[in-house]
Amino acid sequence: MLKTDTIVVNMGPQHPSTHGVFRMVVTLDGERVVNVDPVVGYLHRGVEKLAERGTYLQFMPLTDRNDYICAMNNNLGYAVAVEKLAGIAVPERAEYIRVIMAELGRIVNHLILVGFLLNDLGAFFTPVLYCLREREKILDLFEMASGSRMTCNYMRFGGVAADLPEEFLPRARKLVASFPAFIDELEALLSTNEILVARTRGVGVLPADAAINGSITGPMLRASGVRYDIRRVEPYSIYDRFDFQVPALEHGDSYDRYMLRILEMRQSVRILEQALAQIPAGEIQTRLPKAFRPAPGEAYARTESPKGELGYYVVSDGSGNPYRIKIRPPSFINISILSQMSVGWKVADLITILGSIDIILGEVDR
Amino acid sequence: MTEDATITTQHIVDQLGSAFPQAGIEPVAAKDPMVRVKPEHLVEVATYLRDQAGLDYLSHVTGIDYSDRIEVLYYLYSMKRHLGPLALRVSLSRENPQVPSLVSLWSGADWQEREVYDLLGVVFTAHPNLKRILLWDGFPGYPLRKDFQGEPEPPFRHSY
Repeated sequence: MLKTDTIVVNMGPQHPSTHGVFRMVVTLDGERVVNVDPVVGYLHRGVEKLAERGTYLQFMPLTDRNDYICAMNNNLGYAVAVEKLAGIAVPERAEYIRVIMAELGRIVNHLILVGFLLNDLGAFFTPVLYCLREREKILDLFEMASGSRMTCNYMRFGGVAADLPEEFLPRARKLVASFPAFIDELEALLSTNEILVARTRGVGVLPADAAINGSITGPMLRASGVRYDIRRVEPYSIYDRFDFQVPALEHGDSYDRYMLRILEMRQSVRILEQALAQIPAGEIQTRLPKAFRPAPGEAYARTESPKGELGYYVVSDGSGNPYRIKIRPPSFINISILSQMSVGWKVADLITILGSIDIILGEVDR
Repeated sequence: MTEDATITTQHIVDQLGSAFPQAGIEPVAAKDPMVRVKPEHLVEVATYLRDQAGLDYLSHVTGIDYSDRIEVLYYLYSMKRHLGPLALRVSLSRENPQVPSLVSLWSGADWQEREVYDLLGVVFTAHPNLKRILLWDGFPGYPLRKDFQGEPEPPFRHSY
């Protein structure tokens, strides 16, 4: 009789498909995945501990380095939490600037996801270059506003760090006007592509109740059919003013997770069109005392980052340093369901599933 | 779910006290609705909130060291009915912080409880796989405790 054994394969921590230093201890029966044990922590920098050593504002640049693909969204999440803790109002113009930056950040994130998912599927670096080309244009805008392309450090409590330069709005409007045509082009190349459909349709299905039970948020949750977007459920900033839809799909497979990002980019364009048309002139920051000391208290504020629910729990003891800052990272929690999703699939499908989850190790490990 | 759509988290908080007279339910003044629960009654209260009150989504598990005690927070929302938040908090002794695990109710609690164990040393009893997650096995101490001494000297001194 033929004797078969399972083998254990170590994928990562250095592996091109893991998008960073992430290790999966995969038990295989032939090509079939029997068990996945994700190992994280290689990029742990103790961000929450570092927060306690500095002032409130000194933590702002560290938030850039959690989800470094979309630093603006991280800045926004932290600013919103501290503003809730200290009761700071934000001027109208600054709110519009924040929404513009957050939605541009969402587009950047989804471009990266779609591009690198195709990379993982074997379309080596052709789709991703189209995506990166468009991303560069958005990073140029970030650089114009904040001086930095990726680690923007742009938001402040009660506003943003600097007003938009004069040429920002015309360029942003031009970019947004041309963007739907790019999404159409991308979709024409990808969405009905036979290989992409064959590799993702029905692969790694995540049912809605398992997603809710596993605290999954963001595009992953909505691809499983749960229409839950914090911008709509618990609007922060000025998201209640914009007319946009929350797309949700029903299958919860890798294809729907890909497709949902495309649909979300279209909605972000809609929000951007409205915000760029309505942005008023005026102040960009509420004046705060130089020594910023919020009254003792605690506050949790959550925002819809491109990857899911990004929340900050901030505890103040009345001093100038935060007593405790807890980050609720979307990708750390989304990745925890990986083994549940991928058991029974082939190794190549495991890569697809991982790519469609959208993780960023800076945020997973903090 | 039989409750009507107008039910709020405040109703749920009001009902909790009468549903669990033994659990030491005590509202906490905070920016979000928050109640304190005795650790030994946490699982039954959480089960009630998930199944009867419809708070089906555990947003996050957070541990905080208050120097005289350690507290663990659970933020609950309802995805189906767009309710929430309602936060549960338990107070634990710093010497022997133990609280029952909620993994049997929410699989999303798994890694989050491991993180709280890793960084604060809170033991979640009945957790299926309670081991360090961000730090390596054998790391000395729990870094988010206020008396953690493992921190090296800062590379430079600053004046603020």
